[in-house]
Amino acid sequence: MGAPPALEFRDVHITYRMREGDIPAVRGVSLSLPAGSSLGIAGESGSGKSTLIFAVLRLQPKSARVTGKVLVDGEDVMAMSFNRLRALRWAGASIVFQGALHGLNPIQRVGAQIAEPISVHEPKLGRTEVGRRVGELLEQVGLAVARGRAYPHQLSGGQRQRVMIAMALACRPRIVVADEPTTALDLMVQAQVLTVLTDLVDQLGLTLVLISHDLPVLANTCRQAAVMYAGRVVETGPSAEVFERAAHPYSRALAAAFPRIGDPRFRYAPAGLPGDPPFPADVVQGCPFAPRCPVARPDCVTRDISLEQIAPGRLVACRYPLVGSAEPRPHAAPAAASTGEGA
Amino acid sequence: MGPGTRYALRSIASGLGTLLFVVVFNFFLFRLLPGDPIGLYTRGRNVPPEQIAALRAELYKPIAEQFLTYLANPLATTINSARYNRPVWELICERIGATLLLVGTATVLAAVIGTWIGIRAAWKRGQRFDKVSTAVTLTLYAMPEFWLGMLLLITFGVGIGVLPGMFPIGGIRTPGVDASSLAGWLDIVWHMVLPVTTLMFTYLAEYALVMRASLIDEMGQDYLTVARAKGLLDRTVRRRHAVPNAILPTITLIFLNLGFVVSGAITVETVFSWPGLGLLSYEALRGPDIALLQAIFLLFSFGVIVANIIADLLYAVLDPRVRS
Amino acid sequence: MGMRGPLPGPIADDPGLALATDEIVMVGPAPSIRSMARARRRAIRRRVWQEFRRSRSGMVGMVALILFGAVAILAPVLFPEDTLAVTKATGGLMSPPSPGYPLGTDESGRSILALIVWGARASLVVGLTATMMSMVIGTVVGVMAGHFTGWAGVVLNRFLDWFLVIPFIPLAIVLATVLGASLLNIIIVIGVTSWPGTARLVRAQTLSVSARPYLERARALGGGDLHQMTRHVLPNVMPIVLANTTLMVALAILSETTLSFLGLGDPLRPSWGAILDGAFTNGAMTVGAWWYVLPPGLCVVAVVLAFTLIGRALEAIVDPRQQEVR
Repeated sequence: MGAPPALEFRDVHITYRMREGDIPAVRGVSLSLPAGSSLGIAGESGSGKSTLIFAVLRLQPKSARVTGKVLVDGEDVMAMSFNRLRALRWAGASIVFQGALHGLNPIQRVGAQIAEPISVHEPKLGRTEVGRRVGELLEQVGLAVARGRAYPHQLSGGQRQRVMIAMALACRPRIVVADEPTTALDLMVQAQVLTVLTDLVDQLGLTLVLISHDLPVLANTCRQAAVMYAGRVVETGPSAEVFERAAHPYSRALAAAFPRIGDPRFRYAPAGLPGDPPFPADVVQGCPFAPRCPVARPDCVTRDISLEQIAPGRLVACRYPLVGSAEPRPHAAPAAASTGEGA
Repeated sequence: MGPGTRYALRSIASGLGTLLFVVVFNFFLFRLLPGDPIGLYTRGRNVPPEQIAALRAELYKPIAEQFLTYLANPLATTINSARYNRPVWELICERIGATLLLVGTATVLAAVIGTWIGIRAAWKRGQRFDKVSTAVTLTLYAMPEFWLGMLLLITFGVGIGVLPGMFPIGGIRTPGVDASSLAGWLDIVWHMVLPVTTLMFTYLAEYALVMRASLIDEMGQDYLTVARAKGLLDRTVRRRHAVPNAILPTITLIFLNLGFVVSGAITVETVFSWPGLGLLSYEALRGPDIALLQAIFLLFSFGVIVANIIADLLYAVLDPRVRS
Repeated sequence: MGMRGPLPGPIADDPGLALATDEIVMVGPAPSIRSMARARRRAIRRRVWQEFRRSRSGMVGMVALILFGAVAILAPVLFPEDTLAVTKATGGLMSPPSPGYPLGTDESGRSILALIVWGARASLVVGLTATMMSMVIGTVVGVMAGHFTGWAGVVLNRFLDWFLVIPFIPLAIVLATVLGASLLNIIIVIGVTSWPGTARLVRAQTLSVSARPYLERARALGGGDLHQMTRHVLPNVMPIVLANTTLMVALAILSETTLSFLGLGDPLRPSWGAILDGAFTNGAMTVGAWWYVLPPGLCVVAVVLAFTLIGRALEAIVDPRQQEVR
């Protein structure tokens, strides 16, 4: 039948073993991504998104215990031999880390850092050939080739992020995971970086996973979306659907936090969500979102919840999912149809 | 003029400024402290009355004139040491080689071994090597260096119980051995073993502790995860990325410390009767031989300043962020 | 992490000592600002002590210190003072340990154990007072150097940089030689020569603390320099300074031992360094009198190590970076 999905998580649990006790960061996540598609994972800090995708390359710290399966092209990453893992790292799947100053070695030129994985995975290539490849990559992300000689602190935030993208593509991986690539960048630069990323993904036919707490960004760049809360997936579906007609109260609150200019529904202050996500160590009975949920009912706290299908391709972990788009505000003008354009 | 050159010049200028301060400070230190200056100069010594009179005349000149005389000759090239009755500068020149040999060898050994221990302890944090080496280095750090020297001397120099004394108990060479022959050099090395070992253990502790702390700090950085994600082996990540970043503060510390290792040298040279500046200081202390002490103090301060300048320049060479 | 809501004031801003509002229990009528601040400080002290108790090495150090302190205080009880007099010594000359003299005798026949017990006093007294002196001077200079900009700041910083360059032991030797050998002088010498180290640390901490917004708030509200320095900068600088102080005591004790060994200590009082000086000048090593050499050094190592362990445990509590999360 079909080829195995490019990336698949099967009931993955990741728990940090700390001095004070076990902290479950990821609690039973199952996701599947066919080759060539794109998935956006959204959620607040601490929802477990980064922990989850670090597992794709087995990068979790030694104190973390992983159960379940993380499959790349059908192979279990956790069970792989170290040599196989090394071959997978960067050449099979790569990660675009946040390009803040600490993502790059401060005392090494950026060109050398882009060249490094090439030398590791294709040791037979000569220096000139590697240099040529680096130049190509820099041009692809819109940087001058001469920029390769710069040190990280000599580049702007947007330039550093583009270096991270170039670096992630250096070994021509099939899967690219981008971890908050636009956080810490201002809006104009965000747009530039996202364009670079999406263009390259289209050109090269990559499978993309994009992580962000910024829903409009996800809606714009990815076909599918998954929303995570407290280590669990609470909603999945086509990204436009998840953003526009969020079924889970949390997704709706997340979407509402990003007002769109011109949409009269957001004319008044956007509704933020009071409170904080639960401490991962607090074992929660019932729905973990219930304490903060604006539409919670008494049995939400007592009965456990799991992902249920409410429509083809739409899964929600809520007993009383919302339907339709966000309610128009009482004083709003007649709602104009929103077109789902993001930032 | 590039930013690097500007930084270098600024370092040197700053060092020269500090040099000047130290020279002036040195002068006033001995003049303004309480006590009879003549008494200080002649305490315990049998000084002929003409010399006392000359000293008295000298000391009652106006301060400005004394200062200028001092400035012309801060290292006392012509002033005689009260104890030896020879120019102070001559004495210093005689002894400085031995100290440099001792301190230099010990520093190199301590730097290499200490850094290696620190790196290994940090990379394998919490495991047995780390626990043992941290306990050992903390204990070495708490040890007075001369005490360690005395223990080594008793155990390996004099011999204790059934263990015979294998190393000489003092001095730099055995009398009668031809200094310039190969045997002469080997003789010196044989004499060096105990004092160098003592100093090495003393310096090593601090280097190891600092290197360990610095690398542990560095290990939390994101770019190391990135390096691992690229498929690099753990030890390559350590060697190529973590250590070069973490070693910067250690290198600076080693050079800064060079200026301060004098204290260890003084006491250890005393214990082993090593004929260097340290022993000279000890002898000047016993006098007290003020002229000698003053000149040695100045020289030690110069050494610290020079070491500081070198540390600054070296940091600029190694860390591109500093240059801009 | 752990903070439910921002509390006003400097101490709450320190992430290393994050305190949730519900840790403070208020009873009675509405509390004044000052009593709230006091209660907060008490809660922080309690928290620090709880954290400290978890550090095994810190507790070992503390126990060792208490032991040595007790011995130092009880010295006259354990060994009456006249047993230290050279003229009253009754033991054999530099003889090995024996029933009456558990640690043997020195060259005048005095019990080494008695000397060591009394020596604990000198080391601890000098270590603690000299460090207090150095801490006071260092904190004052450091806070001012970090706080003042303009020409006052430049002068202070230059001044500090110069003093940092002067090598400690030679200066201490020079001062001790000229001032003369006495306990008070040794304290002065060590205090005066070690303040630059504290000052540099305090300056760095002041600079980092000054960047925080509440200081701007204080300035905007009209707080003068002295007010800012004492009420805002100082409370935030103190935790690191206190952790550093224990380490400074360790260094002070090592310095006192070295100076005593070189003959610059008080000739009338036994101290561990002076015992080692006695061992050295009387050739204890050549005759293999290990009992003269080994015990005093071991005591120094034990006390210095104790202070170091406590200092490191405190640093780990105060410095949030070192907490093991991930």
